[in-house]
Amino acid sequence: MRKSSMFFMSLALQSILLFGAFTHAVYQRGRDTSGLGDTVLLVKRLGLTDLCLFTEARYTRHPSQADLHSPFQDHPMSLEHFPSGSLVAPRNNIGDR
Amino acid sequence: MGAWSERQRNIIDFTLSSLLRRKGKNLSLLLVYTALVFLLASVMFFTHSLRKEASLVLQGAPEMVVQRMSAGRHELIPHRYLGLIQGIRGVSSVKGRLWGYYYDPVMSANYTLLVPDDASLEAGSIAIGQGISRTRLAHVGDVLPFRRYDGTPMILTVRNVFSSGSELVSSDLVLIAEADFRMLFGMPKGLFTDIVLTVRNSKEVATVAGKMQKLLPDTRPIMRSEILRTYDTIFDWRSGIIVVILSAAVLAFIIFAWDKASGLSAEERKEIGVLKAIGWETSDVLLMKFWEGASVSLTSFLAGVLLAYVHVFFTHVVLFEPVLKGWSTLYPSFKLVPFISPYQVATLFFLTVVPYTVATIVPSWRAATIDPDSVMRS
Repeated sequence: MRKSSMFFMSLALQSILLFGAFTHAVYQRGRDTSGLGDTVLLVKRLGLTDLCLFTEARYTRHPSQADLHSPFQDHPMSLEHFPSGSLVAPRNNIGDR
Repeated sequence: MGAWSERQRNIIDFTLSSLLRRKGKNLSLLLVYTALVFLLASVMFFTHSLRKEASLVLQGAPEMVVQRMSAGRHELIPHRYLGLIQGIRGVSSVKGRLWGYYYDPVMSANYTLLVPDDASLEAGSIAIGQGISRTRLAHVGDVLPFRRYDGTPMILTVRNVFSSGSELVSSDLVLIAEADFRMLFGMPKGLFTDIVLTVRNSKEVATVAGKMQKLLPDTRPIMRSEILRTYDTIFDWRSGIIVVILSAAVLAFIIFAWDKASGLSAEERKEIGVLKAIGWETSDVLLMKFWEGASVSLTSFLAGVLLAYVHVFFTHVVLFEPVLKGWSTLYPSFKLVPFISPYQVATLFFLTVVPYTVATIVPSWRAATIDPDSVMRS
Protein backbone atom coordinates (compact mmCIF):
# COMPACT_ATOMS: atom_id res chain seq x y z
CA MET A 1 0.00 0.00 0.00
CA ARG A 2 1.22 3.52 -0.81
CA LYS A 3 2.41 5.57 2.13
CA SER A 4 0.01 8.39 1.21
CA SER A 5 -2.93 5.95 1.36
CA MET A 6 -1.84 4.84 4.83
CA PHE A 7 -1.48 8.47 5.89
CA PHE A 8 -4.96 9.41 4.66
CA MET A 9 -6.43 6.30 6.23
CA SER A 10 -4.90 7.15 9.59
CA LEU A 11 -6.19 10.74 9.30
CA ALA A 12 -9.65 9.44 8.37
CA LEU A 13 -9.61 7.06 11.34
CA GLN A 14 -8.61 9.85 13.72
CA SER A 15 -11.29 12.15 12.25
CA ILE A 16 -13.92 9.43 12.67
CA LEU A 17 -12.82 9.00 16.29
CA LEU A 18 -13.04 12.78 16.82
CA PHE A 19 -16.51 12.78 15.30
CA GLY A 20 -17.29 9.86 17.62
CA ALA A 21 -16.09 11.93 20.58
CA PHE A 22 -18.44 14.77 19.59
CA THR A 23 -21.31 12.32 19.15
CA HIS A 24 -20.54 10.78 22.53
CA ALA A 25 -20.44 14.26 24.08
CA VAL A 26 -23.88 15.14 22.66
CA TYR A 27 -25.35 11.80 23.80
CA GLN A 28 -23.76 11.96 27.24
CA ARG A 29 -24.76 15.61 27.66
CA GLY A 30 -28.37 14.68 27.01
CA ARG A 31 -28.21 11.95 29.64
CA ASP A 32 -26.17 13.81 32.25
CA THR A 33 -27.93 17.16 31.96
CA SER A 34 -31.26 15.55 32.86
CA GLY A 35 -29.47 14.01 35.87
CA LEU A 36 -28.28 17.49 36.85
CA GLY A 37 -31.92 18.37 37.55
CA ASP A 38 -31.75 16.60 40.93
CA THR A 39 -28.59 18.49 41.83
CA VAL A 40 -30.21 21.80 40.84
CA LEU A 41 -33.20 20.94 43.07
CA LEU A 42 -30.85 20.12 45.95
CA VAL A 43 -29.02 23.43 45.44
CA LYS A 44 -32.36 25.26 45.44
CA ARG A 45 -33.75 23.40 48.47
CA LEU A 46 -30.65 23.91 50.61
CA GLY A 47 -29.65 27.30 49.21
CA LEU A 48 -26.16 26.07 48.31
CA THR A 49 -23.81 28.63 46.84
CA ASP A 50 -20.68 26.76 45.77
CA LEU A 51 -19.28 23.61 44.22
CA CYS A 52 -17.54 21.18 46.55
CA LEU A 53 -14.23 21.17 44.71
CA PHE A 54 -11.59 22.07 47.29
CA THR A 55 -12.37 21.32 50.91
CA GLU A 56 -9.02 22.29 52.38
CA ALA A 57 -9.76 25.94 53.20
CA ARG A 58 -13.00 27.86 53.64
CA TYR A 59 -12.20 30.36 50.92
CA THR A 60 -11.57 27.57 48.41
CA ARG A 61 -14.60 25.55 49.57
CA HIS A 62 -16.88 28.58 49.23
CA PRO A 63 -15.03 31.04 46.98
CA SER A 64 -18.18 33.01 46.27
CA GLN A 65 -18.78 33.60 50.00
CA ALA A 66 -15.22 34.22 51.12
CA ASP A 67 -13.85 37.56 52.20
CA LEU A 68 -11.70 38.93 49.46
CA HIS A 69 -8.61 38.96 51.66
CA SER A 70 -9.28 35.70 53.52
CA PRO A 71 -6.27 33.79 52.13
CA PHE A 72 -4.02 36.32 53.87
CA GLN A 73 -5.84 36.88 57.15
CA ASP A 74 -4.52 34.00 59.25
CA HIS A 75 -1.89 36.26 60.73
CA PRO A 76 -0.16 39.52 59.79
CA MET A 77 2.15 39.05 56.80
CA SER A 78 0.43 35.72 56.14
CA LEU A 79 0.94 34.30 52.68
CA GLU A 80 -1.41 32.03 50.81
CA HIS A 81 -0.28 28.46 51.41
CA PHE A 82 -3.10 26.09 50.41
CA PRO A 83 -2.34 24.37 47.08
CA SER A 84 -5.85 24.91 45.73
CA GLY A 85 -5.47 28.64 46.43
CA SER A 86 -3.17 28.70 43.42
CA LEU A 87 -5.89 27.17 41.26
CA VAL A 88 -8.68 29.55 42.14
CA ALA A 89 -8.62 32.94 40.49
CA PRO A 90 -9.80 36.05 42.31
CA ARG A 91 -13.20 37.24 41.17
CA ASN A 92 -13.13 39.68 38.30
CA ASN A 93 -15.08 42.30 40.30
CA ILE A 94 -12.47 42.35 43.04
CA GLY A 95 -11.75 46.02 42.48
CA ASP A 96 -15.39 46.99 43.03
CA ARG A 97 -15.25 46.62 46.79
CA MET B 1 -8.06 16.94 -11.16
CA GLY B 2 -6.70 13.38 -11.39
CA ALA B 3 -3.23 14.61 -12.36
CA TRP B 4 -3.32 17.18 -9.56
CA SER B 5 -4.25 14.65 -6.88
CA GLU B 6 -1.70 12.14 -8.23
CA ARG B 7 1.00 14.83 -8.00
CA GLN B 8 -0.02 15.55 -4.38
CA ARG B 9 0.02 11.87 -3.52
CA ASN B 10 3.46 11.42 -5.07
CA ILE B 11 4.79 14.32 -3.06
CA ILE B 12 3.17 12.94 0.12
CA ASP B 13 4.71 9.52 -0.56
CA PHE B 14 8.11 11.15 -0.92
CA THR B 15 7.58 13.36 2.16
CA LEU B 16 6.59 10.41 4.36
CA SER B 17 9.61 8.40 3.14
CA SER B 18 11.80 11.39 3.93
CA LEU B 19 10.26 11.67 7.41
CA LEU B 20 10.76 7.94 8.01
CA ARG B 21 14.44 8.26 7.08
CA ARG B 22 14.81 10.46 10.20
CA LYS B 23 12.57 8.18 12.26
CA GLY B 24 13.96 8.90 15.74
CA LYS B 25 13.88 12.67 15.39
CA ASN B 26 10.43 12.83 13.84
CA LEU B 27 8.90 10.32 16.23
CA SER B 28 10.08 12.33 19.21
CA LEU B 29 8.73 15.46 17.50
CA LEU B 30 5.38 13.72 17.07
CA LEU B 31 5.30 12.65 20.73
CA VAL B 32 6.21 16.11 22.08
CA TYR B 33 3.67 17.77 19.80
CA THR B 34 0.93 15.29 20.82
CA ALA B 35 1.75 15.79 24.52
CA LEU B 36 1.52 19.56 24.08
CA VAL B 37 -1.86 19.42 22.36
CA PHE B 38 -3.05 16.86 24.94
CA LEU B 39 -2.13 19.18 27.81
CA LEU B 40 -3.74 22.24 26.26
CA ALA B 41 -6.88 20.34 25.23
CA SER B 42 -7.21 18.68 28.66
CA VAL B 43 -7.08 22.05 30.43
CA MET B 44 -9.51 23.52 27.92
CA PHE B 45 -12.06 20.67 28.13
CA PHE B 46 -11.84 20.38 31.92
CA THR B 47 -12.20 24.05 32.75
CA HIS B 48 -14.92 24.67 30.17
CA SER B 49 -17.01 21.68 31.36
CA LEU B 50 -16.60 22.63 34.99
CA ARG B 51 -17.61 26.24 34.36
CA LYS B 52 -20.59 25.17 32.28
CA GLU B 53 -21.74 22.67 34.90
CA ALA B 54 -21.35 25.26 37.66
CA SER B 55 -23.45 27.76 35.71
CA LEU B 56 -26.23 25.18 35.31
CA VAL B 57 -26.16 23.84 38.86
CA LEU B 58 -25.83 27.20 40.61
CA GLN B 59 -28.89 28.66 38.88
CA GLY B 60 -30.66 27.44 42.02
CA ALA B 61 -28.35 29.43 44.37
CA PRO B 62 -29.99 32.04 46.63
CA GLU B 63 -30.90 35.32 44.95
CA MET B 64 -28.92 37.25 47.54
CA VAL B 65 -26.83 36.29 50.56
CA VAL B 66 -26.15 38.91 53.21
CA GLN B 67 -23.11 38.58 55.45
CA ARG B 68 -22.13 40.76 58.36
CA MET B 69 -18.55 41.92 58.48
CA SER B 70 -16.66 42.86 61.59
CA ALA B 71 -12.97 43.83 61.72
CA GLY B 72 -12.67 42.62 58.14
CA ARG B 73 -14.02 39.17 58.90
CA HIS B 74 -17.30 37.38 58.38
CA GLU B 75 -19.30 37.73 61.61
CA LEU B 76 -22.52 36.14 62.89
CA ILE B 77 -25.56 38.22 62.03
CA PRO B 78 -28.17 39.10 64.71
CA HIS B 79 -31.87 38.31 64.35
CA ARG B 80 -32.88 42.01 64.36
CA TYR B 81 -31.20 42.43 60.94
CA LEU B 82 -33.90 40.17 59.50
CA GLY B 83 -36.62 42.69 60.41
CA LEU B 84 -34.57 45.63 59.10
CA ILE B 85 -33.93 43.92 55.76
CA GLN B 86 -37.58 42.82 55.48
CA GLY B 87 -38.51 46.51 55.72
CA ILE B 88 -36.61 47.39 52.53
CA ARG B 89 -39.07 47.96 49.68
CA GLY B 90 -38.88 45.17 47.11
CA VAL B 91 -37.74 42.41 49.47
CA SER B 92 -40.21 39.53 49.44
CA SER B 93 -38.70 37.04 51.91
CA VAL B 94 -35.83 36.98 54.40
CA LYS B 95 -34.42 33.95 56.18
CA GLY B 96 -31.54 33.47 58.58
CA ARG B 97 -29.19 30.61 57.66
CA LEU B 98 -27.06 28.46 59.88
CA TRP B 99 -23.99 26.86 58.40
CA GLY B 100 -20.34 26.45 59.21
CA TYR B 101 -17.28 24.25 59.02
CA TYR B 102 -16.35 21.36 61.23
CA TYR B 103 -12.83 19.98 61.27
CA ASP B 104 -12.82 16.22 61.77
CA PRO B 105 -9.50 15.34 63.45
CA VAL B 106 -10.02 11.61 62.73
CA MET B 107 -9.91 12.09 58.97
CA SER B 108 -8.17 15.50 58.97
CA ALA B 109 -11.06 16.67 56.83
CA ASN B 110 -13.29 19.74 56.80
CA TYR B 111 -17.04 19.21 56.63
CA THR B 112 -19.62 21.82 55.72
CA LEU B 113 -22.45 21.71 58.25
CA LEU B 114 -25.76 23.20 57.19
CA VAL B 115 -29.16 23.49 58.83
CA PRO B 116 -31.90 22.89 56.24
CA ASP B 117 -34.88 25.26 56.05
CA ASP B 118 -37.45 22.54 56.36
CA ALA B 119 -37.73 20.58 59.57
CA SER B 120 -36.94 17.34 57.73
CA LEU B 121 -34.28 16.35 60.26
CA GLU B 122 -35.06 15.55 63.85
CA ALA B 123 -32.57 16.31 66.60
CA GLY B 124 -29.79 13.72 66.82
CA SER B 125 -29.87 12.81 63.14
CA ILE B 126 -27.86 13.97 60.14
CA ALA B 127 -27.71 13.56 56.37
CA ILE B 128 -24.23 13.27 54.88
CA GLY B 129 -22.58 13.53 51.48
CA GLN B 130 -20.98 10.67 49.60
CA GLY B 131 -17.47 11.96 50.31
CA ILE B 132 -17.99 11.70 54.08
CA SER B 133 -19.77 8.37 53.75
CA ARG B 134 -16.83 7.03 51.74
CA THR B 135 -14.04 8.28 54.00
CA ARG B 136 -15.78 7.55 57.32
CA LEU B 137 -17.37 4.30 56.06
CA ALA B 138 -20.64 5.66 57.42
CA HIS B 139 -23.97 4.53 56.02
CA VAL B 140 -27.64 5.01 56.89
CA GLY B 141 -28.20 3.94 60.49
CA ASP B 142 -24.54 4.37 61.56
CA VAL B 143 -23.51 6.88 64.17
CA LEU B 144 -20.84 9.56 63.79
CA PRO B 145 -19.13 11.18 66.78
CA PHE B 146 -18.63 14.95 66.78
CA ARG B 147 -16.88 17.10 69.36
CA ARG B 148 -18.79 20.08 70.75
CA TYR B 149 -17.25 23.53 71.22
CA ASP B 150 -16.63 22.67 74.90
CA GLY B 151 -14.92 19.37 74.08
CA THR B 152 -17.79 17.07 75.05
CA PRO B 153 -18.77 14.39 72.54
CA MET B 154 -21.95 14.48 70.49
CA ILE B 155 -23.22 11.37 68.75
CA LEU B 156 -25.36 11.83 65.65
CA THR B 157 -27.10 9.14 63.61
CA VAL B 158 -26.88 9.09 59.81
CA ARG B 159 -30.43 9.17 58.46
CA ASN B 160 -29.63 9.80 54.82
CA VAL B 161 -26.70 9.78 52.41
CA PHE B 162 -26.89 12.09 49.39
CA SER B 163 -26.83 10.46 45.99
CA SER B 164 -23.52 10.18 44.18
CA GLY B 165 -24.98 12.21 41.31
CA SER B 166 -25.03 15.32 43.51
CA GLU B 167 -21.48 14.85 44.79
CA LEU B 168 -20.20 17.96 43.04
CA VAL B 169 -22.18 20.08 45.52
CA SER B 170 -22.75 17.73 48.46
CA SER B 171 -19.62 15.61 48.93
CA ASP B 172 -18.59 17.21 52.24
CA LEU B 173 -22.06 18.28 53.34
CA VAL B 174 -23.62 17.40 56.69
CA LEU B 175 -27.25 18.42 57.17
CA ILE B 176 -27.98 18.84 60.84
CA ALA B 177 -30.94 19.96 62.96
CA GLU B 178 -30.88 23.55 64.26
CA ALA B 179 -30.75 22.53 67.94
CA ASP B 180 -27.79 20.21 67.30
CA PHE B 181 -25.99 22.85 65.26
CA ARG B 182 -26.33 25.47 68.02
CA MET B 183 -25.25 22.93 70.64
CA LEU B 184 -22.25 21.77 68.59
CA PHE B 185 -20.83 25.26 68.04
CA GLY B 186 -22.21 26.94 71.16
CA MET B 187 -24.10 29.44 69.04
CA PRO B 188 -26.81 31.26 71.03
CA LYS B 189 -30.32 31.69 69.68
CA GLY B 190 -30.93 34.89 67.77
CA LEU B 191 -27.69 34.65 65.80
CA PHE B 192 -27.30 33.33 62.26
CA THR B 193 -24.38 32.67 59.97
CA ASP B 194 -25.87 34.81 57.22
CA ILE B 195 -29.18 35.84 55.70
CA VAL B 196 -30.72 34.85 52.37
CA LEU B 197 -33.37 36.97 50.77
CA THR B 198 -35.49 37.06 47.67
CA VAL B 199 -36.49 40.18 45.77
CA ARG B 200 -39.91 40.56 44.11
CA ASN B 201 -38.54 41.98 40.88
CA SER B 202 -35.30 40.36 39.86
CA LYS B 203 -34.25 43.57 38.05
CA GLU B 204 -34.19 45.35 41.41
CA VAL B 205 -31.69 43.03 43.12
CA ALA B 206 -28.81 45.50 42.71
CA THR B 207 -30.99 48.39 43.97
CA VAL B 208 -32.00 46.38 47.04
CA ALA B 209 -28.33 45.52 47.67
CA GLY B 210 -27.44 49.23 47.50
CA LYS B 211 -30.27 50.20 49.88
CA MET B 212 -29.21 47.52 52.32
CA GLN B 213 -25.62 48.67 52.41
CA LYS B 214 -26.85 52.17 53.19
CA LEU B 215 -29.14 50.91 55.95
CA LEU B 216 -26.66 48.35 57.35
CA PRO B 217 -23.15 49.47 56.40
CA ASP B 218 -21.54 46.50 58.16
CA THR B 219 -23.18 44.02 55.78
CA ARG B 220 -21.94 42.59 52.53
CA PRO B 221 -24.51 41.44 49.96
CA ILE B 222 -23.56 38.67 47.53
CA MET B 223 -25.91 38.41 44.57
CA ARG B 224 -26.59 35.26 42.57
CA SER B 225 -25.10 36.90 39.50
CA GLU B 226 -21.86 37.36 41.47
CA ILE B 227 -21.88 33.71 42.55
CA LEU B 228 -22.30 32.65 38.93
CA ARG B 229 -19.61 35.09 37.83
CA THR B 230 -17.23 33.67 40.43
CA TYR B 231 -17.43 30.28 38.76
CA ASP B 232 -17.20 31.84 35.36
CA THR B 233 -13.84 33.36 36.24
CA ILE B 234 -12.60 30.75 38.69
CA PHE B 235 -11.06 28.54 36.02
CA ASP B 236 -10.46 31.36 33.65
CA TRP B 237 -7.31 31.01 31.52
CA ARG B 238 -5.73 33.71 33.68
CA SER B 239 -6.22 31.80 36.92
CA GLY B 240 -3.40 30.42 39.02
CA ILE B 241 -1.84 27.23 37.85
CA ILE B 242 -3.77 27.21 34.59
CA VAL B 243 -1.87 30.24 33.39
CA VAL B 244 1.36 28.47 34.47
CA ILE B 245 0.44 25.32 32.50
CA LEU B 246 -0.67 27.35 29.51
CA SER B 247 2.38 29.60 29.48
CA ALA B 248 4.72 26.60 29.85
CA ALA B 249 2.94 24.83 27.00
CA VAL B 250 2.86 27.91 24.79
CA LEU B 251 6.53 28.61 25.54
CA ALA B 252 7.43 25.02 24.66
CA PHE B 253 5.48 25.40 21.46
CA ILE B 254 7.19 28.68 20.58
CA ILE B 255 10.64 27.07 21.11
CA PHE B 256 9.47 24.15 19.06
CA ALA B 257 8.19 26.28 16.17
CA TRP B 258 11.18 28.63 16.43
CA ASP B 259 13.52 25.69 16.03
CA LYS B 260 11.71 24.83 12.83
CA ALA B 261 11.45 28.40 11.58
CA SER B 262 15.03 29.40 12.36
CA GLY B 263 16.50 27.08 9.79
CA LEU B 264 16.91 23.66 8.35
CA SER B 265 19.52 21.10 9.25
CA ALA B 266 22.44 20.60 6.85
CA GLU B 267 20.92 17.29 5.80
CA GLU B 268 17.56 18.90 4.99
CA ARG B 269 19.23 21.69 3.01
CA LYS B 270 21.23 19.13 1.09
CA GLU B 271 18.06 17.20 0.32
CA ILE B 272 16.42 20.33 -1.06
CA GLY B 273 19.52 21.04 -3.14
CA VAL B 274 19.48 17.53 -4.63
CA LEU B 275 15.76 17.75 -5.35
CA LYS B 276 16.20 21.07 -7.15
CA ALA B 277 19.19 19.72 -9.05
CA ILE B 278 17.14 16.81 -10.36
CA GLY B 279 14.43 19.12 -11.59
CA TRP B 280 12.04 19.88 -8.71
CA GLU B 281 10.48 23.32 -8.86
CA THR B 282 10.50 25.67 -5.86
CA SER B 283 6.75 25.15 -5.62
CA ASP B 284 7.28 21.35 -5.39
CA VAL B 285 9.74 21.78 -2.54
CA LEU B 286 7.33 24.10 -0.73
CA LEU B 287 4.52 21.62 -1.28
CA MET B 288 6.68 18.85 0.16
CA LYS B 289 7.47 20.97 3.21
CA PHE B 290 3.81 21.89 3.58
CA TRP B 291 2.85 18.23 3.65
CA GLU B 292 5.68 17.51 6.07
CA GLY B 293 4.38 20.11 8.52
CA ALA B 294 0.74 19.19 7.92
CA SER B 295 1.27 15.44 8.40
CA VAL B 296 3.14 15.88 11.68
CA SER B 297 0.83 18.57 13.06
CA LEU B 298 -2.48 17.02 11.95
CA THR B 299 -1.58 13.59 13.31
CA SER B 300 -0.38 15.07 16.61
CA PHE B 301 -3.34 17.42 16.87
CA LEU B 302 -5.98 14.74 16.34
CA ALA B 303 -4.20 12.28 18.66
CA GLY B 304 -3.74 14.95 21.36
CA VAL B 305 -7.39 16.05 21.25
CA LEU B 306 -8.67 12.45 21.36
CA LEU B 307 -6.39 11.55 24.27
CA ALA B 308 -7.47 14.70 26.12
CA TYR B 309 -11.14 13.78 25.64
CA VAL B 310 -10.53 10.31 27.11
CA HIS B 311 -8.45 11.82 29.93
CA VAL B 312 -11.07 14.38 30.98
CA PHE B 313 -14.32 12.52 30.44
CA PHE B 314 -13.40 8.85 30.92
CA THR B 315 -10.58 8.84 33.47
CA HIS B 316 -11.93 11.74 35.59
CA VAL B 317 -8.86 13.92 34.86
CA VAL B 318 -6.57 11.41 36.53
CA LEU B 319 -3.37 13.30 35.69
CA PHE B 320 -4.62 16.58 37.18
CA GLU B 321 -6.13 14.94 40.25
CA PRO B 322 -3.12 15.35 42.59
CA VAL B 323 -3.02 19.07 41.73
CA LEU B 324 -6.77 19.51 42.15
CA LYS B 325 -6.92 17.63 45.43
CA GLY B 326 -4.23 19.73 47.08
CA TRP B 327 -4.38 19.02 50.78
CA SER B 328 -8.08 18.10 50.70
CA THR B 329 -8.92 14.80 52.33
CA LEU B 330 -12.42 14.89 50.93
CA TYR B 331 -12.51 15.22 47.20
CA PRO B 332 -15.69 14.62 45.24
CA SER B 333 -15.63 11.74 42.81
CA PHE B 334 -17.67 13.47 40.14
CA LYS B 335 -18.10 12.78 36.48
CA LEU B 336 -18.01 15.84 34.28
CA VAL B 337 -20.68 16.40 31.67
CA PRO B 338 -18.80 16.60 28.33
CA PHE B 339 -19.44 20.17 27.27
CA ILE B 340 -17.17 20.45 24.25
CA SER B 341 -17.75 22.51 21.16
CA PRO B 342 -16.27 22.65 17.65
CA TYR B 343 -15.26 26.23 18.55
CA GLN B 344 -12.87 24.95 21.24
CA VAL B 345 -11.31 22.42 18.87
CA ALA B 346 -11.04 25.07 16.13
CA THR B 347 -9.30 27.48 18.56
CA LEU B 348 -6.81 24.79 19.50
CA PHE B 349 -6.28 23.98 15.82
CA PHE B 350 -5.45 27.59 14.92
CA LEU B 351 -3.18 27.88 17.93
CA THR B 352 -1.14 24.79 17.17
CA VAL B 353 -1.42 23.39 13.64
CA VAL B 354 -1.41 26.63 11.64
CA PRO B 355 1.69 28.25 13.26
CA TYR B 356 3.63 24.99 13.07
CA THR B 357 2.82 24.38 9.42
CA VAL B 358 3.74 27.97 8.54
CA ALA B 359 6.95 27.67 10.56
CA THR B 360 8.06 24.68 8.50
CA ILE B 361 7.43 26.40 5.18
CA VAL B 362 9.32 29.68 5.77
CA PRO B 363 12.89 28.30 6.07
CA SER B 364 12.21 25.84 3.25
CA TRP B 365 11.15 28.68 0.99
CA ARG B 366 14.46 30.42 1.78
CA ALA B 367 16.43 27.25 1.04
CA ALA B 368 14.40 26.41 -2.06
CA THR B 369 14.89 29.79 -3.73
CA ILE B 370 18.69 29.74 -3.69
CA ASP B 371 20.91 28.04 -6.21
CA PRO B 372 21.02 24.21 -5.73
CA ASP B 373 24.72 24.14 -6.42
CA SER B 374 25.54 26.54 -3.56
CA VAL B 375 23.10 24.71 -1.23
CA MET B 376 24.84 21.39 -1.86
CA ARG B 377 28.33 22.91 -1.56
CA SER B 378 27.49 24.65 1.73
